[in-house]
Amino acid sequence: MGVEPPTGVIHDIGYRRYGGGRAGAGDIRRALVVDSLRAAFGLGRSARSKVMPMTLLAVMCLPAAVIVAGTALTGADELVGTYSTYLFNLQLVVSVFVAAQAPALVSKDLRFGVMGLYFSRPLTRSDYVVGKFTAMTAALLVLTATPLLILFLGALAVGLPIGEQVPDLAAALAGAGLASAILAGLGLLVAALTPRRGFAVAAVIAVLMVLAGVQGVSQTIAVESGMDDAAVWYGLLSPYTLVDGAQSGLLGAPSVLPVPTGAAAGTVFVAVSLLLVVGSVLALLRRYRSVSVS
Amino acid sequence: MPVHPTTTTQPTALIVTQALTKQFGAVTAVSDLTVEIGTGIIGLVGANGAGKSTLIKLLLGLLSPSAGQARVLDMDVTVDGPAIRALVGYMPEHDCLPPDVTATEFVVHMARMSGLPATAARERTADTLRHVGLHEERYRPMGGYSTGMRQRVKLAQALVHDPRLVFLDEPTNGLDPTGRDDMLGLVERIHGEFGISVLVTSHLLGELERVCDHVVVIDGGRLLRASTTAEVTAASQVMVVEVDEQPDDLAQELAHLGLAVRVVGRQLEVVLTDDSGLDVVRDRVATAGLGLVRLERRRHRMSELFGDAEAGRSTNGR
Repeated sequence: MGVEPPTGVIHDIGYRRYGGGRAGAGDIRRALVVDSLRAAFGLGRSARSKVMPMTLLAVMCLPAAVIVAGTALTGADELVGTYSTYLFNLQLVVSVFVAAQAPALVSKDLRFGVMGLYFSRPLTRSDYVVGKFTAMTAALLVLTATPLLILFLGALAVGLPIGEQVPDLAAALAGAGLASAILAGLGLLVAALTPRRGFAVAAVIAVLMVLAGVQGVSQTIAVESGMDDAAVWYGLLSPYTLVDGAQSGLLGAPSVLPVPTGAAAGTVFVAVSLLLVVGSVLALLRRYRSVSVS
Repeated sequence: MPVHPTTTTQPTALIVTQALTKQFGAVTAVSDLTVEIGTGIIGLVGANGAGKSTLIKLLLGLLSPSAGQARVLDMDVTVDGPAIRALVGYMPEHDCLPPDVTATEFVVHMARMSGLPATAARERTADTLRHVGLHEERYRPMGGYSTGMRQRVKLAQALVHDPRLVFLDEPTNGLDPTGRDDMLGLVERIHGEFGISVLVTSHLLGELERVCDHVVVIDGGRLLRASTTAEVTAASQVMVVEVDEQPDDLAQELAHLGLAVRVVGRQLEVVLTDDSGLDVVRDRVATAGLGLVRLERRRHRMSELFGDAEAGRSTNGR
């Protein structure tokens, strides 16, 4: 009585209960996508984890910068490269990115037993698979679309007419999106088959290189033997030529390859692409059904 | 005035199983298990392979029962798995930490995966890591952590979303005696201070004896016993007498007086039928001029639940 309560005292508040809101399944899925996308570029990871993805992003963008600089110096009235052939020409860089980062997204969770922690949370197995696939697709889109945007902004900066740039840019961006989904599906599927990161890296790069090699050799042989019509269809063998065919067949984008002309052939290339994406995701879902909790 | 007791009454049982059975092919991991577990710290005891981990996975809704039912926080494990998992924490027995991520990054991510918004996830991660005793190390990649630190991170990720109930699977595994004590202290705080109920498994009975209010003993997937720790470790009729010298002489003297005596090392175990025996022992010791080091009623050990074969494996084995 009569004693003033003390003010300004520091309390040890001890353990605090959490009374705030808890997100539903949709927000948790989004959080998984964002965190995995950050992980794909090594953000929030050690400096060592950033080296590979950031270097590859830089290497991917460098030719775009050179093209812009070259265009500016020579005063040419168009870019010395095209948007829609950019991905094909730099496919090695993209393949290395897939090989390095797809295992970072899935193999490590398998290897270090993290799956038990995911599965003991509200997330379902398919949420995990779809989340990782979305994140990898987004990461590849960042990698493949950024140089295209550099080219475009560069073209605008040196005063090239926008109208001539937009159609090819749009086709190339659509192609980049499609390629990202295909490569994410394939890369994650191969990476999810082994918990050993080293094996996964080697397996992903091997699959992409072998596909590209078989495609290149068989197409060249077909062209040399004068079977130009057949040569076109060998483009279905590798993800990069698949996308190239879809771009040029359906959107009329320029290409350096024997490519399909006309909507019908272009539709076949798109259909095969989508089949590949859906097939990889279904196979991934199947793979994760058998992942045990511990 | 009409009374609606159901609106405010919390269900007292956190976990209720009814004839719960899980078979993997020909192997029955959990068999016809009926048990009701209330709030507090509950020990789930059983040898390796007794079905402890399978039971936890059934309760998390990660395995579907072959027969029977289970409810956790008054929700059915077969249909409300995600809702249960949002309010339950799980610390697995096995290693589950990626080496190239810091504890902070990892626990924040796991908090987000439990449904916490970004800001709350950061705040609660900092709080929780502090509570489990991880300080400056939390900004370093976990690859360089000691076993004790790793166990603390595993515990933190199970607590970060402020669950109503946590399942701790062998939390003291691989720890040295000091680390074991620290971990058991944390387990006590989780209920005592944080107000979160704990289901903790161990194959080391002595540990659970120390921290648990209740024990559920399973063996071969079957319920062996479910009771309070106090009942299990209630006072026995055996009195332990320790004197500073010549225990054998004292034993002989007491035996002559009609008491059942056994010499165990430097100690005597005397079976007492009533309290008068205490006076007899005291007087004999005084007459013989011996120093009385200890005179206490021995408590039952949980290890006795498993019989002599199991007792040898317990830390408190005689």
